[in-house]
This record gives sequence, C-alpha cells and structure tokens, in this order.
Amino acid sequence: MASLVIIDSECANLSSIYKAAKYVNLEPIISDDPKTIASAGAVIFPGVGSFAHAASLIYRKNLTESLHKVITAGKPFLGICLGMQLLFSRSEEANYNGGNEKTEGLKAITGEVKRFPAGMPVPHVGWNLVKPEYEHPLFKNLNQSANKGAYFYFTHSYYVQPEKREHILGQTDYGFPFTSAVKKGNLYGVQFHPEKSGPAGLRLLANFGKIIADTKD
Amino acid sequence: MLAKRIIPCLDVRDGRVVKGTRFINLRDAGDPVERADFYNREGADEIVFLDITASVEKRRAIIDVVEKTAEVVFIPLTVGGGIDSVDFMQELLNSGADKVSLNTAALKDPGLIQAGAERFGNQCIVVAIDARRKEQVDPEDKLSWEVYSHGGRTPTGRDVVKWAKEAETLGAGEILLTSMDADGTLDGYDTALLAAVTDAVSIPVIASGGAGTLEHLYEALTKGKAHAVLAASILHYGTYSIAEIKAYLSEKGLPVRPVKN
Repeated sequence: MASLVIIDSECANLSSIYKAAKYVNLEPIISDDPKTIASAGAVIFPGVGSFAHAASLIYRKNLTESLHKVITAGKPFLGICLGMQLLFSRSEEANYNGGNEKTEGLKAITGEVKRFPAGMPVPHVGWNLVKPEYEHPLFKNLNQSANKGAYFYFTHSYYVQPEKREHILGQTDYGFPFTSAVKKGNLYGVQFHPEKSGPAGLRLLANFGKIIADTKD
Repeated sequence: MLAKRIIPCLDVRDGRVVKGTRFINLRDAGDPVERADFYNREGADEIVFLDITASVEKRRAIIDVVEKTAEVVFIPLTVGGGIDSVDFMQELLNSGADKVSLNTAALKDPGLIQAGAERFGNQCIVVAIDARRKEQVDPEDKLSWEVYSHGGRTPTGRDVVKWAKEAETLGAGEILLTSMDADGTLDGYDTALLAAVTDAVSIPVIASGGAGTLEHLYEALTKGKAHAVLAASILHYGTYSIAEIKAYLSEKGLPVRPVKN
C-alpha cells in the first residue's frame, strides 16, 4: 500500500489520529518533512487550534508547496477539523482575534471558513449526525438507519462554506445545516474527529484506507 | 441535532479504579483501561477519569492510564484531578487525553484557564465546579450557590454563576458542574443550579451529582438544560446500562447517539 503520511501539525490530537489509523491497520508515519510529504502516497492532515496559528505553521515549516503537490497529483488526502478548514480560501477567524493574523488557507477548495452565529453554544461540542449528500465509499458500512447518517464527534467554533455545492459531501444540523464533509476529486475533508468517533470513526478511517488502496500510484 | 451525551466518570487512585461492583465480566474491575473500554463498548459518548491520587509522586500513574486507554478507546477522554500547570496539561494531552478538567488550581490562579486555552484551544479546557447551595435567609431570596475547592472540602466565597461566567470568559470550553448537595444521594440533580448556570453561559454544561433514576437524567437535560450528564453510581453499581439510559432518553424525544452507531 502507498505510504500514508500524517502531517505533523503539532496539534493535540496527532497521537490519537496515529493510534486510530494504526488500529484499523493503516501504516501511517508522522512527518513534517516537505520531501516526505511531497512523495507520500496519501496524506492525513490533522489540526486543532487556531486557523492563523496552523496557517503560519505550514508556512514556517515550508509545507505549502508539498501539500499542493500531493493534492494536485490526486493522491488521497484527508483533512480533519482545522486540517479541512485550511484547504479553503480564507477564514474569518482572525477577525475575531484582533485582525492582524493570517487569514488565507491553501485555496485547494474555493470557499470560506465562518464562525457559528450567536445564539448557539459555541464551540459546537459533542456527537452530531452527519448526513451524506450521496452514497460514497468514505461513508460506507456506517450503520445508517434509513439513510439518516451516522453520529460523529465534533468540537469546533468555525465551519466551512464551499462556494460550489458539488464539493459538499455531508451536512450536519446545528441550528442550520452546515457542511461537515467535503470532497473534491481525491481531496476529502471532515469537520468532525473520526479518531474520536468510536466505531463509526474507525470505519471511516478504514474506508479512507480502502480509497488509498484503490488509488493507482 | 446535537446528541445529549452520557459520560461515565471513573475515579482513579494510584492508577486503579476505586468504585463499582457490577463488573463481573471483566478480568480486573480495578483496571481503568478495561473499565473505560467496557463503557466504550456499551455506547458511552466520552470517558472522564477523575484522578484522586493523594500523593504527588504517584500522579504519573494517570499518564500511563491515559496512554493505554487511548490505544483501544476511540472516544473523547477527559482527565481531571490535581492538574495545576500547563506542562502537566501538555503531558496528559500528549498521552492521549482530549480534554483536561481544572478545578482547585484554576480557583487559585484563574490565569491557568486562559493559559491552557491559548496553548491548546478552548475545546481542551473543561472547568469543573463543585457547588453547594447557600442557605436562604428569607425563603423569598433568589437561590444561590457557593464554589468549593479541594474536592469539595473548602468554601471559596465565590458565587457559582459568576465563576462559571468568568471561566467562560477566560477560555473554558465546557463546564462540569457538580452539586455537592445532590452528589451521592441518588435523589436527582439540582436542576435549579443547572438552569442557573446554563442560562448564564453559552458553553456546554455537563451535569453531575445526584442521578439515581432515568427520570433524573432526563430532568437534568430538560429542566436543567444540560448538554451532557456525568454518571457514576448508577452505572458502576449496575442500576442501568448506557443502552437503557439512551433508549429511555430517545423514547422521551431527546437526541442521543445510538449505541450501535
């Protein structure tokens, strides 16, 4: 199987993702080396924390080019939480933190990262239903009762808004429906944490493994 | 819809679980890893470890517990008890915890909440509040609660609602609210306390203390407007299983994550 690299984004859930991926028999390595990433067969891009902090970390570690390389080469790529948000054009998060921070993402998917409107408890924490927009291998074999979707664990204050509807893979209701999973070619992103979503999360990671295996090098 | 969470809490001393009688099907009912996995398989939405280790030297045992649990249990893990520095938070998070719960140390130095939230994000920081009802001089007086520290032994003079708001402002991502009056009674949560705090903050509140029946859990989540319930006795002594709790809540119309999800 093609080599799977988990980007060392120095985030708190890095070890959880590594453990979960190993648990479903993927063989990940953790790396922040631009060369290793550029030649990876597949990538998991985790992130927790602030958008600006993570965006400047990518820049500081010189990873922008390598990340674009794997993405444009069509290698299976899974962004998790902030790792998904960073795929987008820009985030309004910095506006809430004084306005002087980096607001631009990798621009692999056109769209914005927005803050949940006032009125709902923020962060959005806990298990919520992810309804796939259509049948897709990433969401295969999840005990979906009557196609209503499966529950995954969320913890975030910002959500993504893709410009193109075709990039929406799953939606979740938190006062209004927001995009909780995206897909563009072999590029995937999930707002929830599969590594903390029990059996459903492990299945999703295993499904990603299947996508990797089915992708020709 | 966001599901209401059912969270078993395991008291851990020197790396061993100290409460519970129902675990006949476990090899070692005192092993926190086995117990956490048991609840994980039963459909728990998160696990909380409360470290009640008395000596500082034995504190490191909890790191080992978290590390081993995180190898097999893939739901959120929270650790509380004796956390008094950002470095210790870092160690716990590195070993696989998702959140840390601060109590006495945060009361002594509220800046610890902010320091933790800035370093790890708000979602990592739970502030645990032990609350006791203040006596009403006049029955017409508004109810109020006082914050206690040191495992509920020391009154702090702080008002619970004010402290919860302060914790939120400082960067807490969740409040774990225990009623000391109700704790261990099995007579039900203090829903007035819960409602007072859930009305005052916009972050999720986890209800703790007093659950004896399924109705109690329902009341905490409806009257008390809690986002989650922490349960110890009713789970450890086998009064109800998580599946029974979820079936009941679901029948009453509350959203829960199905046990077979």
